[in-house]
Order: sequence, then C-alpha cells, then structure tokens
Amino acid sequence: MAISRRTFVKGVSAAALSSPASPLLANAQGGDPIRIGLLAAKTGPLASGGIDMERAMQLFLRDRANMIAGHPIELTTLDTAGVPATARTKAQELIEKNKIHCLIGPLAAFEALAIADYVTQSQTPTIGVAAAEDMTQRQINPWFVRATATSAQCAYPLAEYVAKELKYGKIVTVADDFAYGHEMCAGFQRVFEDNGGKIIQKLFPPLTAPDYGSYVAQIKNADAIFLGTAGSNGFRFLRQFIEYGLKDKLAVIGGMTALDESVLRNMGDEALGILTTSWYSAELDNPSNRIFAPAFRKEYKYDPGYYAASTYVCAEVLEAALKSINGKLDDKKALMDALHGIKVDTARGPVAFDDHGDVVGDCYIRKVTRKEGRLVNSVIKTYPNVSQFWTYDKAEFLKNPVYSRDFPPARNLEN
Amino acid sequence: MQFWIVQTLNSLSLGGLLFLLASGFSLIFGLMRLANLTHGAFFMVGAYFGAVALRTFDGLNFWVAAVGSGILVAAIGGLFERLVLRRLTTNPLGQVLVTLGMSFIIADACLVTWGGDPIPVPTPSYLQAPTRVFGFAFPTYRLVVVVCALVVAFALYLMLEYTRIGAMIRAGVDDRQMARAIGIPVSKLFTGVFCLGAGIAGAGGVLGGPVLSAYPGLDADMLPLALIVVILGGVGSLLGAFVGSFIIGFIYTFGTALFPDLAYIILFLPMIIVIAFRPRGLFGRLST
Repeated sequence: MAISRRTFVKGVSAAALSSPASPLLANAQGGDPIRIGLLAAKTGPLASGGIDMERAMQLFLRDRANMIAGHPIELTTLDTAGVPATARTKAQELIEKNKIHCLIGPLAAFEALAIADYVTQSQTPTIGVAAAEDMTQRQINPWFVRATATSAQCAYPLAEYVAKELKYGKIVTVADDFAYGHEMCAGFQRVFEDNGGKIIQKLFPPLTAPDYGSYVAQIKNADAIFLGTAGSNGFRFLRQFIEYGLKDKLAVIGGMTALDESVLRNMGDEALGILTTSWYSAELDNPSNRIFAPAFRKEYKYDPGYYAASTYVCAEVLEAALKSINGKLDDKKALMDALHGIKVDTARGPVAFDDHGDVVGDCYIRKVTRKEGRLVNSVIKTYPNVSQFWTYDKAEFLKNPVYSRDFPPARNLEN
Repeated sequence: MQFWIVQTLNSLSLGGLLFLLASGFSLIFGLMRLANLTHGAFFMVGAYFGAVALRTFDGLNFWVAAVGSGILVAAIGGLFERLVLRRLTTNPLGQVLVTLGMSFIIADACLVTWGGDPIPVPTPSYLQAPTRVFGFAFPTYRLVVVVCALVVAFALYLMLEYTRIGAMIRAGVDDRQMARAIGIPVSKLFTGVFCLGAGIAGAGGVLGGPVLSAYPGLDADMLPLALIVVILGGVGSLLGAFVGSFIIGFIYTFGTALFPDLAYIILFLPMIIVIAFRPRGLFGRLST
C-alpha cells in the first residue's frame, strides 16, 4: 500500500490532536467538577511505573462512576517522560491551563524536587509518591503529603526483622547509586546495626551499569545481601547473582522496589523465598484491596505493584479528604488541612499523616511464593503504624544530616 | 588470587559482549564515514526480538533465535539505509541526526509494543550451571559469550581479508572515490555493510540478553560503549574494535572493583587520553 505524504501527515496530525491530555469527560449531573492532575512518566526509562499509575487511577475513577463526594471528576494525566524539566513544564500546564484543584505524582524524587517550589508558590495540594526523605523532614512543604513511604521507612522494619528474628549478623548492601538507594541503605544500616548486626560491605553500582559481573564477584561472605534497587536493576542484578552460584551462599532480602510485582511477573523460580519489605502487597487482605487487586488483575492481566498501588492509595486519601470537606474546593487550605488530619482505610491498610506530611502506616515483610501458578509477595509479618522516624526521637532524628552514602558512617566494613 | 582470576574472566566476558556490539558500528563507520547512532537501538531491538521469540515459542533454540533476530534487524537496517540514509549521502550532519532520530523512534516503538518492564532472555538450560574454574564458580554462559565474540571476529576477519567482498570493503574504507572509479559498486556495498553491521548488533543483543535482559533504555546504555570502543580502537579497523573491546572490558571491570568511586569516569579516561594523543585510535587508519 502506498501512503502518500499528505495522508501520512493527516494521519499523524489526527493522532496528535486526539491523544494529548483529553480529560475524562465529566458527568453532566452533580456539582462543580473537581479537577485532578496526575503526573506520570509514561515514556522513558520509568515508563513501566508511570503507566501503572495511570491505569490504577482510571480504575479508581471507573469504580466510582467518575464521582467523588457528589462531584464529577475531571482527570488530566500528563507524561513527564521521567525528566525533571518536563515534569516542571507539565506541572505548570496542569495548574495554569487545566486549573487543577489537586495534583497526584510525580513518581521520581528528582521530578518531585523539580516541581516542589512551584507547587508551594501556586499553593496546589499535592499527594506525592516520591520518596526523598527531606521532603517530609528537614525541608517540609506545607502543600505536600506522601501516602507511600520515605526511602528508608520500610527498610527499618526489615532490618529489625532480620536482626531479631532471623539472627542475621553480617549483611552486604547493594543499591543504585542515587539518593533513593543511598537513603534506603543508610536507614537499613542504622536499624540493623542498632540491633547488633554488622554491614560489612556497601556497593553502589551506577544506575546504568551495563554489567554487574564485577560487583557480584566482589561480594563478601555474609548471611545475606540487601538489595536497594529500583526498576529493572534489581531484576538484572539478581539474575547475575544467581548465575555466579551465590544464591546458595547468601540469603537475598530487598527494599520496597527490589522485587516489585511488576518485576516478579517476569521472573522464575529463582525468586522464590526472597524477603522484601513494602507498604503494600497485591496479596494484602483488607476491604479496599479485596476490590482493587482483583479488579486490576482482571483488567490488565497482572498484579498491581508499588506504582499502581501508590496512585490508588493517593486517590483514596484524596477521596476521604474531599468527603470530609463535602467537596468544597474554594479553599485550598481547607483541603490541605483535611488531608493532614485524615484517618482512612486504604488498599495498603490504615493511613494517617504525621505533622511533617508523611504517612504513618503499616509496613509488611513479604516472601516470594508461588500461588495459582504466578509469583506473589505473601505477607509474613506486619509492622503496624511505622513512622518515618521509626522508634527514634523525632527531634534527635532531625538534628542528624539527611541519610546519604556516608551517613550514618559504616563502622564495620571489612577489607 | 581468586579475585584476580574471576575479575579477569569477567573482563573477558564484558569485552566479548562489547565486541559483538561494537564490531558492526566500526564496520559501518569505517566504510560509510557514518556515526550510526541507531546502533544501540539495533542492539536493543535485537534483544527484544530474541526475548519475545523465546518466550512465545516454547523450545525454540537459543542460537536460532539469535541468528533469526540478527536477520530481522539486518532487514530493518537495510530498509533504513535504502529509504532514508541514501537520500542524505551528501549531508553527513543530516545523516547523524537522522540516525539519532531513528534510535528514538525505535526505542519508543519498543516501549509501546513490549511495555516498560524488563524481559529476560533465558540462558540456554545446558549453560545455566556455573563452571568450576580453579575451584570456584564462574557462570558458564559468560565464557560462551567470549567464544561467540571470537567466532564472530574470526568470521569477519576471514571475510575482510580473504574474500572479494572483503577486498572491496577494504578498498572502500581506504579510498572511497578511487574504489568507485575502478568500478566497485560502492552503493550496494554500503547497503550490504549497513545490513551486516545492524545484523551483528541485533544478534549481539540476543547473545548479550542472558546477561543484560531486554529493557527500555538498553539502547542508551549501550551506544556510548560502542562509541568508546571504536574511538579507542580506531575507526574502520576490525582489529581496533577487537582490542578496544577487551581493553575497555578490563578497564571497566578492574576499575569499578578497585576504585569504585571512579565508576563513572573510568570508561571515559582512556578515550580522552587516546583522543588527545592519538586521534586516529590505536589501530585506525583514518583520522577521526
């Protein structure tokens, strides 16, 4: 078939006109529409998570026939491509052009940091997903709440669990070399060493390491290896780790994104038995998740993971806040106060916020098992109401510098 | 002792992988004077073809998947060269920009088609168990990658040195105008070499798959490595690509193991030194 240049141009421009950001059309009845903006990275390296975020949001609205607190919802999803500058532009578009009342997202910390000033300045209530510790610690933003977890929040209970219940004494950490990996490892190390364990080696391969072979070959003899990776990196690292025959020598444990449901569905038996920690599992048995997880699985043929659940929980939190103010949106401050004061049962369990805007909620120790032919993260222990400060005194905690590669210092490294 | 042996084997396997990536790039650059920035995307799309084929057809032979994937990518490369690059022969800058654009298009097409999650390329079952080398375990497949690289290198060497087509390619690399003047069909040769380069990259994607997997961003992770190898080794030189690959393999592996803080620059240091003191690369006959 010959396609003339003109038909081609027509086709492309038609596609271009129809695709960008057409908001889900609001129902005719009901009160004034509530406009929600969702920033998700739907292209680029973070696309997998961003697409899940949008899908979960659409599912949430569909189940409610597009109405929250008696108001129709207009959802606008914009793609940040995982690029901070783009996130900033799209946030501006949502706030100034679409005049949104509330923003959900974006996914990555560097995107969230890029829009933080703008969100404050434009006074837009934001329910974030990004895990950067200081956004709810030393540089708090009155317009930002986070319903998921800080980088280290879920690592604390795992560190205590492996030290106290599994009696691990020595652990090697491997994490992506960026703030998220540094913060998670630091938090893990702090609690693990406070419980008598020793971190004997810390490895931080670059985010785009082509080959983990040289790292895997260095791993010292220990009880376990802690994976603080995100996206496809944990998956690739683990495969190489197994290739080297190390799985019989060291147990594998991981942070909240290391063996996410999105990664598990591409793995095999090699993942069985691995322990991870997170604020969610598709296997959670609570009233909200009994609706969410099966619906998501039915619609998209795979289990919801970290990113899908994060958006769904954000949406549930927003719904509860909107209900508590009867959908009155003239006063953005009132919505923000409602968000801060909220107590709601969500797909992850009960959610409340501390006065820094970070969630206090349950964390789960999960084990990879096989169920109905697919790999799932079965919950083996629940740590209720975990705070971003763990059991430490808040004032003392905040006097320390933010977690990094070198803080807290590792005193037990072996050479 | 174990550290040195294991890391040496690691260096060799990374070097083998890099050669599978860079040899095609070097061939194309040498003959066509074209920095083909689509090369990383060819590698990635090859990995995806292999991963998806192996997942879809149960019992498909791994090596058949690699060769088949190479042929498919070669066909894509051929079409691209004939339909697009050919129109821009007098505009080298335009060619480079078009190859860059094409790599974005391929990357986005992969994302739309196969989603954002990594897809594993399974290691052939008979190569899954680690090999014992001097009493410790080393992944068997990584050793096989080195063998693959040697086989490809040897085959390319035979083709370039002992066949008529090889002689034509060498003539084209040395003096394109003169080759054309004495009746060598440079135009067909261009298409052929472009297909060959793309095909090696595509097959390399599958062969590298058990180590790297197929994931969005693989193209961008691999392209700079190809550039570094070729700049270090010298453009248009098979020997250069070969030696360059293994040098980079050693520098990267030992660099990240011994000086982890230098992980980000360790790859670029040798390249900068070579550009500064020997712009044509270690074995290049052309000036970059």
